[in-house]
Amino acid sequence: MDRTDTRFSAPRRLILQGIGAVALVGLGNIAFVSSAFAAANDKYPEDAFKAKTEADAIKALYGKTAEASDKVKLDAPEIAENGAVVPVSVTTTLPDVTSISFLVSENPVVLVASYKIPAGTMPSIANRIKMAKTSNVIVVVEAGGKVYSTTKEVKVTVGGCGG
Amino acid sequence: MASTIRVRATSNGDITEVQALIQHPMDSGFVKDAKGEIIPPHFIQQLTFEYDGKSVFVADWGGGVSKDPYVKFSFKGGKKGDDLKISWVDNKGATDTTTAKIQ
Repeated sequence: MDRTDTRFSAPRRLILQGIGAVALVGLGNIAFVSSAFAAANDKYPEDAFKAKTEADAIKALYGKTAEASDKVKLDAPEIAENGAVVPVSVTTTLPDVTSISFLVSENPVVLVASYKIPAGTMPSIANRIKMAKTSNVIVVVEAGGKVYSTTKEVKVTVGGCGG
Repeated sequence: MASTIRVRATSNGDITEVQALIQHPMDSGFVKDAKGEIIPPHFIQQLTFEYDGKSVFVADWGGGVSKDPYVKFSFKGGKKGDDLKISWVDNKGATDTTTAKIQ
């Protein structure tokens, strides 16, 4: 019993205790991170809807910056006569799509809609959004753990915010 | 009580296409009424579609989605006669649910 207790020399024991302490702290962090992932899967992205810029909204949604992709096809009118109802749709050939979001750069709230795409659901969505004024419409696709985007300017003749 | 949700889900054997139209003001909270007072935000925050007990689509919406929101998407699977369950919850905590048969 005595010999096995002193298997490790004092310094080695100290180091192992230190590693143990760090590991415990690390475990605490893992709990945070995994709850963030779990939350990300079904929780409403409150923070993303508070973001003031596209980059902030995308960061809040996906934790990354988006790279432009020509594999994301955004269909929106050149000119929207009624900014309150602008039909916008997207489709992509990117594989393993997990989420698609729509942003309007000049809207008071930049993020308009974010969709979760479980496996087996097609990466194509059509919806109708409000545009306050002529602006870029940005669609963001999360696929295979990376984030891609495509942008199109849509001119608005009558603003969609009641003005 | 009539539902606010109108759904058409059609299966071509392989893929089911879903179109949903929901009655909801989707007030963004940025518009003023005739008296010049802000109309408070009142919009659907989350809309979910479930097939066979599993989520096939989740929409997280803000006030920037048009009034009486419309959305169209498709998913693999889904047979004629099967149920598709749709639910939404808005920022005031109100909810509505409906079940539609895939045609």
